Amino acid sequence: MSTFKRHSILPGFNLALGFTLLYLSLIVLIPLSAAFIRTTELSWQEFWFAVTTPRVMASYRLTFGASFAAALVNAVFGLLVAWVLVRYRFPGKKLIDALVDLPFALPTAVAGIALTALYAGNGWIGQYLEPLGIKVAFTPIGVFVALTFIGLPFVVRTVQPVLEDIESELEEAAAMLGANRLQTFSRIIFPTIFPALMTGFALAFARAIGEYGSVIFIAGNMPMVSEITPLLIITKLEQYDYAGATALAVVMLVISFILLLVINLLQWWGRRRSALA
Amino acid sequence: MTMATNTLSSTSRVRRTLTTQEPSWVRRALIGLALAFLTLFLFVPLILVFYEALKKGVDVYFAAIIEPDALSAIQLTLTVAAIAVPLNLVFGVAAAWAIAKFEFRGKNLLITLIDLPFSVSPVVSGLIYVLIFGLQGWLGPWLAEHDIKVIFAVTGIVLATVFVTVPFIARELIPLMQAQGTEEEEAAVALGANGWQTFSRVTLPNIKWGLLYGTILCNARAMGEFGAVSVVSGHIRGSTNTLPLHVEILYNEYNFAAAFAVASLLALLALVTLALKTVVESKITQPKENADEHRSA
Repeated sequence: MSTFKRHSILPGFNLALGFTLLYLSLIVLIPLSAAFIRTTELSWQEFWFAVTTPRVMASYRLTFGASFAAALVNAVFGLLVAWVLVRYRFPGKKLIDALVDLPFALPTAVAGIALTALYAGNGWIGQYLEPLGIKVAFTPIGVFVALTFIGLPFVVRTVQPVLEDIESELEEAAAMLGANRLQTFSRIIFPTIFPALMTGFALAFARAIGEYGSVIFIAGNMPMVSEITPLLIITKLEQYDYAGATALAVVMLVISFILLLVINLLQWWGRRRSALA
Repeated sequence: MTMATNTLSSTSRVRRTLTTQEPSWVRRALIGLALAFLTLFLFVPLILVFYEALKKGVDVYFAAIIEPDALSAIQLTLTVAAIAVPLNLVFGVAAAWAIAKFEFRGKNLLITLIDLPFSVSPVVSGLIYVLIFGLQGWLGPWLAEHDIKVIFAVTGIVLATVFVTVPFIARELIPLMQAQGTEEEEAAVALGANGWQTFSRVTLPNIKWGLLYGTILCNARAMGEFGAVSVVSGHIRGSTNTLPLHVEILYNEYNFAAAFAVASLLALLALVTLALKTVVESKITQPKENADEHRSA
């Protein structure tokens, strides 16, 4: 025990840790392990077949492609929004700062139906895009729009605090040494915020991959075209194909765990960066 | 330390000279572009929810909300949150107490495990409970024999909701309590306070705003969760339908006015959540700033 825990005079360690581990095991760890254990009922060939059928492969392409594109757009515009919120003053700034978190607070089903109504052929935005030949609702572009909405706060909220902490002396020194604003940004500011930007990008990407509620309304859900992987899990479940659904769930879990690892590494990198600076 | 640099940079921000300031046309262009993006992706969808909800008049709006199935969905959503949030509150406090006040091996692993539900797809979060409690699940045959329903029943909805909201309160409290250290609690214990007295009189006043912050976010997610709940609910109208699921059913029936009316309730919940969050955030940063000034003085 003494090697496991450093001595402390505070009470309640055993109770608190015991309860934490019990709760976490019952609610999170045992249920999650159920997915892995249930897939062992399949042989390796059966598992591989279940997770690589053409319909499943098409859903991976859509899920990863749209998530990547959405995270990329959020990286660019999230950085822009964070920059504007930290550096400039304009009317309504506080309100806008608070509303950036809307996608975290708004239930995904509400976001889903709102975006669908907006981008449908007769919607506020859709009616202007349709004559140009751009269909958003019920196409893969709709999936991208929903995932952009869902991932919007991540980059803003990871970049914002780092941007706030940059000392203006650094920028003044750069300016005195003859750098123009663009050089100061690309050589001084951007390298400082880069780890946070990457973390935000990875968080938005990870969230988008698993997203379900906001996407299913706007996607149209056509097999091979606009069907995301989480929906395919539900479809298999509804057809009582438990093994197929579980196999897909395990693929998604493994990908989430890898992304979680990447995000932890990125955060560690960011902390080390700021500690060195 | 961070607060000290913040006040420093805010005074120098006022004095920011032309050398470290973008030309005004660049500033205006950047602000305009950022606002255009936010308007397109955030504000317009939000406004649309209320517009569509009220488009057919106030009568239709209220009729959609006081209709029995909607009321039963509201009741179920409130019940689920009333069970899930307190459970995760107790868990969050216990986990933060163990992690922030003691040094033990495997702490970082434990923190990662607590965050795990955030990285799991909502659909998978529901599915894992079907694999345990569903008819073909591990406990399925036993439950069926004893006539206990978990999947397609309220219990399953509560379990899935608890799963997706596990990290919210713990992850607010852990860094907060770590930053506060253990000196105050150690002093209380040395002066003869028992465990409960130490927690309620020393720790709790220090963490109350962080606790409230986590609770607000946890509640918003508990009431709004869709994917995980959708897998385990069975969508039985008037019985296992939460508010977000009710929105889906109405929408799929092309009853758009009613779907947006119910959705507007959830959008209001989101706005109230953001407002409370902003207020509590200012409460969390203010005492810290005061303490820092005190320390540096």
